[in-house]
Amino acid sequence: MMLDLTTKEIKKRSALRVNPLKTCQPVGAMYAALGVHRCMPHSHGSQGCCSFHRMYLTRHFKEPAIASSSSFTEGASVFGGGSNIKTSVKNIFDIYNPDIIAVHTTCLSETIGDDLNSYIHDMVIPTGKIVVHASTPSYVGSHITGYGNMVSGFIKYLAKKSGVSNGKLAILPGFVNPGDMREMKMILSLMDADFIMLPDTSGVLDAPMTGAYEMYPSGGTKISDIVSIGDCKLTLAIGELAMENAGNELKRKCGVMYKTLPLPIGIEATDAFIMAISESTQSNVAHELEEQRGQLVDIMLDSHPYFSNKSVAIYGDPDSVLGLSTLCLELGMIPKYMLTGTTGEAFNTKAQELLAKFGIEDCVAKSSSDLFELHQLIKTNSVDLMIGGTHGKFIARAEDIPLVRAGFPIIDRYVHSYMPLIGYKGAMRLIELMLNALMDRQDRDCEDEDMEMVM
Amino acid sequence: MSFKDNILEKYSARVYKNRKNHIIVKDENVQEITANTRTIPGIMTNRGCCYAGCKGVVVGPLKDVAVITHGPIGCSFYTWGTRRNKAKGDNNTKNFLEYSFSTDLQETDIVFGGEKKLRQAIKEVVDIFNPVSIMICSTCPVGLIGDDIHAVASEAQNKYGISVIAFSCEGYKGVSQSGGHHIANNGIMKNIIGTSDRPLKKFSVNILGEYNIGGDGWEISRVLNRIGYDIVSIMTGDGSFEELQTAHKADLNLVQCHRSINYIAEMFKTKYGTNWIKVNFIGLDAIVQTLRDIAKYFNDEELTARTEAVIEEELFLVEEDVSYFRNKLKGKTAALYVGGSRAHHYQGLLKDIGIDTVLAGYEFAHRDDYEGREVLPYVKEDADSKNIEEIKVVPDEKNYRVMLTPEQYDELKKEIPLEDYAGMLKEMPNGSIIVDDLNHFETEEFIRILKPDIFFSGIKDKYVSQKAGVLSKQLHSYDYSGPYAGFRGAVNFARDITMGIYTPAWGYVKAPWNNKPVLTGTMGGDA
Repeated sequence: MMLDLTTKEIKKRSALRVNPLKTCQPVGAMYAALGVHRCMPHSHGSQGCCSFHRMYLTRHFKEPAIASSSSFTEGASVFGGGSNIKTSVKNIFDIYNPDIIAVHTTCLSETIGDDLNSYIHDMVIPTGKIVVHASTPSYVGSHITGYGNMVSGFIKYLAKKSGVSNGKLAILPGFVNPGDMREMKMILSLMDADFIMLPDTSGVLDAPMTGAYEMYPSGGTKISDIVSIGDCKLTLAIGELAMENAGNELKRKCGVMYKTLPLPIGIEATDAFIMAISESTQSNVAHELEEQRGQLVDIMLDSHPYFSNKSVAIYGDPDSVLGLSTLCLELGMIPKYMLTGTTGEAFNTKAQELLAKFGIEDCVAKSSSDLFELHQLIKTNSVDLMIGGTHGKFIARAEDIPLVRAGFPIIDRYVHSYMPLIGYKGAMRLIELMLNALMDRQDRDCEDEDMEMVM
Repeated sequence: MSFKDNILEKYSARVYKNRKNHIIVKDENVQEITANTRTIPGIMTNRGCCYAGCKGVVVGPLKDVAVITHGPIGCSFYTWGTRRNKAKGDNNTKNFLEYSFSTDLQETDIVFGGEKKLRQAIKEVVDIFNPVSIMICSTCPVGLIGDDIHAVASEAQNKYGISVIAFSCEGYKGVSQSGGHHIANNGIMKNIIGTSDRPLKKFSVNILGEYNIGGDGWEISRVLNRIGYDIVSIMTGDGSFEELQTAHKADLNLVQCHRSINYIAEMFKTKYGTNWIKVNFIGLDAIVQTLRDIAKYFNDEELTARTEAVIEEELFLVEEDVSYFRNKLKGKTAALYVGGSRAHHYQGLLKDIGIDTVLAGYEFAHRDDYEGREVLPYVKEDADSKNIEEIKVVPDEKNYRVMLTPEQYDELKKEIPLEDYAGMLKEMPNGSIIVDDLNHFETEEFIRILKPDIFFSGIKDKYVSQKAGVLSKQLHSYDYSGPYAGFRGAVNFARDITMGIYTPAWGYVKAPWNNKPVLTGTMGGDA
């Protein structure tokens, strides 16, 4: 049987990670860098790191994920990677001709203490080209940390305050799919908001099939926009746990005030996102958005019997888990298990606040957790539904629980990266996915005489 | 300007000088290729690292072993269930392949050392899972901070009374996955093989370098079992620690992936006297040849007759399907860029279904994989390969067997690939292209110029190729299909290629309004 070595009895572990719910910083940094137009992400470490990260991003997005590597050998690991990064930068500009190279470090280059600031300062960079970097040791944080750090890196190197406001909003989206970024942009444009979004992987990791391969597709934040992001009037850091540091970096460097918002998953968080835009633009909420919101509430009311008091296990990245849990609570469900692999007390606090707000007790919310722990919890007390990435499917099968895929990584399904989870539209989509899972289950499990024609 | 220079002209002088020796346009002369050397930093390579070769390729598939990745979380995460090396446990054999174990090293561990955490992690694995064996694979920072994983392993082995084996396979070692294969081979040979016995049946074999991707090993075993072979162990697809312990008892080693496991085959020969032959279970002609070669080795009348009977039956069962697909695929061309064996193995299968190979390359092969083992005495060792340990084995007095007299050996060597691999190069037609460590830039160029109908590679350039309008199939993971080995595998492969080439979506790439002008002018009042 699937995962049959997982025991129900939970033994305390202090060193062993089993079936992780996170991966390392560099893959997040690579993803962020792909959201900058004509950018080559560069992994400063052994080439295995770069290969693994490209593999994972490609499997999640089913799109090319370009990136280069410093290809460390044993010698470089002893004597430092200075010569590797210099050679790399020359070759990358020669052969692949990006406008910007975004270097991220790895556990290898961090452990030997490579100083990227001075390497970049001392290297020859062709006129008009740019090299930036972020420090992303794999032994700190997770892919979510790495994503935030790379966004901060772009700001640190490039954002400038000219003294003249551009009147725009700086939008720093958390680790979400291109489909979510598109939806954010759709909402912003319906609100007539002028904005700069960093990063923006739409048009890169969901680029259309045209019959011609473009190494640098049309999407991604323009470098000139990253520069002028320092002149924005306000930053919306979307994803409280992932993006606050980047918002703070823009404030520190250019004095742009920031507001952190939860990922706009579910109705309240979307309301908050829209109201923050409206407050900043001093404009009324667009009719179309009000209409969408009304439709969403309509759907929630219509379908509530299938959701009420159903228990759900939600696992994945901190902001996504909080967002998905919020939506579940709004639907009258009980988020029995809210688990993330990423470390941080803030997640636990936020989760408890959320549960308290809806008056729900006896749920487990934990950071620094893993899927082995989730499985053990489920073995003691099962749930009606699971929501999360691909890796949970083994538990879903072992325990016969319906699974809705949402979050990162999803490496066993298609289309997910094109579609939003955020906004009212995203909520409608999630509700449809969840209903299908729960109702298909009811149809599958009921007695013949109980099969309902109408539901 | 030569064809090759045409491709390489964009390179700087230094890169050009390096890359030109990794590319060959096949002609009638004896040709030499540069391989197993460092990838130039900044070049977008498909290569992975030493850890990927050791944990990901060789030891990872052993199902009853709890492999602990000692390092930060990423490395264990990326090698968890991503390679499609299938395995099935049973009542006597635990299957750990659905699990990923890591010490998830944090900054304080890097500063103060990770041995304590590793010791504790081993204790927790034993407490919770009680495996027959634990293997520890180290990642980059572990080597740099100087954790003595071998000392921790032997201490744990004594303490818990189970086998605990450490592999120092830090990612920065060597120039590709290849170093990791070698390190894994050494560890398996040193610590596992020959540590237990079991009664022998007739015609016993080990299959080396078969990783059961998509169930390949199961299809191969099905055929070998039908003929009457006793498969002692498979290294390492669906393999187990317990099988490997008795592998030294087998009569013959069958080497499928020469690159990743020839070290074990060689060490076996020295230590136990076991001969090996190069086999190829991919493609109908190749399997038939291989089955006959194995039968020839055992030289048993009944076995030979059964071999022929099975060949006839199996071919009969697939013939109609294969010929149906061959008709659909005849005249198509393919480019292959895979591993250290498949770029060669699949050329035969492609030929079986009417497809010509116009380009082939290996990601992490050595010169002998291209040019044949006869070049081994001339391969220069560089600093990178010297960093990978060579272990010395000596004949095992108790278990050493002489299977063939020198005369029989010499006679047989003329007929079958006994301790020999001829490499990929010789079989390729003149004018075809051979590239070592093919990179992103060259991939784009070759696809543009050669316009193959299909490009077989890995996930990283699959969509690069398809975006350019050329079907691409992953030949590492088989695009989640398979098996492709054996008789039935040939049909699966042909079916998958056919559906890829004929899927209606290709017809929709250009929108109809781009094919003909839709804006036609009208005069005022005419409409």
